[in-house]
Amino acid sequence: MRPNIYYSKRVGILGSGLTLFRSKMLETPQELAFIAARRALDEAGLELKDIDCVVIGSAPDAFDGVHMKGEYLAHGSGGIRKMVSRVYVGGATGVMVPISGWYHVASGLCEKVLVVAEEKMSGDLPHPQAIFRYIWDPITEKPLNPNLIWIFAMEMHRYMKKYGIKKEDIALVSVKNKRNAINNPYAQLPGQITVDDVMNSEVLVWPVQRLDISPTSDGAAAMVLASEDVTRRYTDTPVWIEGVGWTLDNTSWPGRDLFYPRYLENAAKMAYRMAGIERPNKEIDVVEPYDPFDYKELHHLEGLQIAGRGQAPFLLKEGFFDLDGDIPSSPSGGLLGVGNPIAAAGLMKTISIYWQLKGIAGKMQVKRPVKTGVAQAWGDLMQASTVIVMRN
Amino acid sequence: MHKVAIVAMGWYGFRPLTPEVSFREMVFEAATRAYAMADIDPRKDVDTFISCQEDFWEGISIADEFAPDPIGGSMRPTMTVSGDGIQGIVHGAMQILSGISKITVVESHSKPSDIEKIHKIVEFGMDPIYVRTVKSPNVHFLAGLDASKFMKKGYTREDFAEVVRKNKVNGLSSPRSSYASKLSLEDILSQDYVVYPLSKLDIAEYVDGSIVSVLASEEVARKLTDTPIWIDGMYFSSDSTLELSYLGEAEYLTISSREALKMAKVDSPTKLKGGFIDDRYSYKELEHVESIGLNAREMLREGELEKDGDFPVNPLGGHLAKGIPLEASGLSLTLDGFEYLLSGKESAIVASWRGIPTFTGGVLVMRR
Amino acid sequence: MEIHEEKRLEHPLSKEELDKRPKIEYKPYAKYSYSAGQAITKFLEGLKEGKIYGRKCRKCGRVYVPPRMYCEDCFRPTDEWIEVKDEGIVMTAVASFISWTRERLESPEIVGVIRLFPSSDRDFVYPALFHRICCSYEEVKDMSIMGRKVKAIWKSKEKREGSINDIDCFKVI
Repeated sequence: MRPNIYYSKRVGILGSGLTLFRSKMLETPQELAFIAARRALDEAGLELKDIDCVVIGSAPDAFDGVHMKGEYLAHGSGGIRKMVSRVYVGGATGVMVPISGWYHVASGLCEKVLVVAEEKMSGDLPHPQAIFRYIWDPITEKPLNPNLIWIFAMEMHRYMKKYGIKKEDIALVSVKNKRNAINNPYAQLPGQITVDDVMNSEVLVWPVQRLDISPTSDGAAAMVLASEDVTRRYTDTPVWIEGVGWTLDNTSWPGRDLFYPRYLENAAKMAYRMAGIERPNKEIDVVEPYDPFDYKELHHLEGLQIAGRGQAPFLLKEGFFDLDGDIPSSPSGGLLGVGNPIAAAGLMKTISIYWQLKGIAGKMQVKRPVKTGVAQAWGDLMQASTVIVMRN
Repeated sequence: MHKVAIVAMGWYGFRPLTPEVSFREMVFEAATRAYAMADIDPRKDVDTFISCQEDFWEGISIADEFAPDPIGGSMRPTMTVSGDGIQGIVHGAMQILSGISKITVVESHSKPSDIEKIHKIVEFGMDPIYVRTVKSPNVHFLAGLDASKFMKKGYTREDFAEVVRKNKVNGLSSPRSSYASKLSLEDILSQDYVVYPLSKLDIAEYVDGSIVSVLASEEVARKLTDTPIWIDGMYFSSDSTLELSYLGEAEYLTISSREALKMAKVDSPTKLKGGFIDDRYSYKELEHVESIGLNAREMLREGELEKDGDFPVNPLGGHLAKGIPLEASGLSLTLDGFEYLLSGKESAIVASWRGIPTFTGGVLVMRR
Repeated sequence: MEIHEEKRLEHPLSKEELDKRPKIEYKPYAKYSYSAGQAITKFLEGLKEGKIYGRKCRKCGRVYVPPRMYCEDCFRPTDEWIEVKDEGIVMTAVASFISWTRERLESPEIVGVIRLFPSSDRDFVYPALFHRICCSYEEVKDMSIMGRKVKAIWKSKEKREGSINDIDCFKVI
């Protein structure tokens, strides 16, 4: 492992906060953002007046039913009379928010940054799925009346066909993540399920069945980031952001082979280069890959260069990614177990790695000692990935 | 701290209607012009790309999907800042200052001509529970409230008309000004009110357009051009929600200009040689000039804000002459400032606002 | 880590509880008429004639379907219009039992991606369309449809209106 020679300013994490992830919450989006932000400030031992800048992340405006959602969320997120803005890379937003928080601090413009991600999907009529119709190309795709699950199913099926992977092998991700979520007090759908449960669940868009998918959720997450000086002043057990990377592939997803997320490989290499990681499968101790669908976790473990192409299902079967495995994957329970309030879910994954590195993950704490962790999110039309590397 | 410069900008459109191109083709045209000016290949030379847009302006949920291709950003670090172009420039500058990038591209565009009823989209940006439910017949009511409060400071309808006259005439010297004209004060004052105290001429129209800007670190900027335009100071901020924000003043620009001037080590904005300041409502130009720390009333009445005055404001016309290109508004003002500095002027302040119903704005202090 | 009941600020609700709470409904008026632009206008005109048009970049040789006026890889304008075949290979296919509003469908709708000719199975990027595929659920389920050669089934000439729906579906030939 080489020391990081390119970046003079280190950025640390001072605190984190989550709301429960649930299918329906009484709170407004602003109130959810407030609860998460307040918890993060409490954990950091700071007040809002100590914060220089706020970065907000939220996925489609349509979910919360407000145009310019960043402006609306600024209030509950503490973005009052300060530098506040919203970053957006579709589903990959949740990890883009701490990345953006990182450069706010690393640039020297801000010392203490509050990053907040929120999503409320329960207010959507007739169903949150209807919102996704508008993510497609309005002229060449939307007239076919597509459904979001189609695109995942198409990618999943291509991945299965390319490597001859069985649905049963993929279902093990759902089983593992929902089991891991039993240890997570914020989780919406923890439980002991079996591969048969997944295989017998309702077929939505073959090969995707109900238990292959994470639920829709309301929820928020927040983190406090700070410069090296401040971090050392506030904590004796700092966790540092050591690598960030992000990449968008082109818009024309039908014209790309979907079996492999080349954009994620790019994003991961950018983050690893910065963190001085040369052999990801040896140097990473714990990982939170984005898992809105079970096959996605496998796809992403391959894009992250932790598993070889087409190899992730075999490693999974051997227990390589279990809590007591070589590289535990989704120890939080992931989106499949904890819930999927889009942007908040990605930030939750980053927070899960922070908990692991800080040693405060409670029953979620993985068995092996951890030094380096990676969180990742994914979004847009099979095209965006964001990667963050942290160390203690 | 190292410095960041704008080394090139390109634009396309700035017409009320652009039916011949899709928004993506329009962005490609602007990007091509910016890269030609900087003499760079975006596929090799650019480290990060930023697009500034909002889903409901585009009519696409997750409009970020369409960001990379037309600016050369596919398979590269591309992201969206859901905000005004000035916020994008500050994000880009932070990426450069953090060490992660040496050249960053910031893009924004607008195609309001594709939107059937844009005022309904503006209304959709208001708080769902207690602002939208007011069911005001006219989205400009918020500006009317703000303007009435502002007038209590001693401003008159004639002052506002003077801003309209000045900016519409100034616009005649810029190829981007679809709404420039030569009007008399009488022409302007004889219009009916849309919302008191504002008439149709006090309110800028929307316009289709795209702007791409190229930012570079100090070292790289000096290699790319002999005339880098330095960003000496930058900041953006938001006030609060509608009921808790200050009406009659622009707190977001007070904060932003204070921080940006501090960063630029400029103790008074009068030391700068001009302003490119949001004027999407005539009175807003004056409110914004006040917020950055100047006596707008006196300066206007003394003629100091004129093109040949001591502190020209919007000498190339501003939004009243060019129209509002949605999230590219801040870049439109920045582009005016950029051209102004390239023409030989020494320094300028750019101050942008995101429009109703927001209380968000940003400031750049630029120097040749 | 544990969240104690007394510290809990948020209120999860069941559907029944949520329905009892006051709510404000709002239907956004968000309507657009998207400019198709140069590339897609020609593409749609081509569909009306029963042809699939693409744009070719002579520098890298890539063919864009749906067409683009610029090559995103080379970042330069594409050079020429070419007609690609209305035949290709099924790259992936799925069977949807739900509509876009998530209502249950009696018989599944089958859609997928068709890599159009000219292209080869070594390509990672290729001219392609996302469209309906006319085949059985079994062929999707056992994956046999993937890799098969298919051809566009066009609507009759008088019914074509310059839309992606001018093609009914792609079918094995």
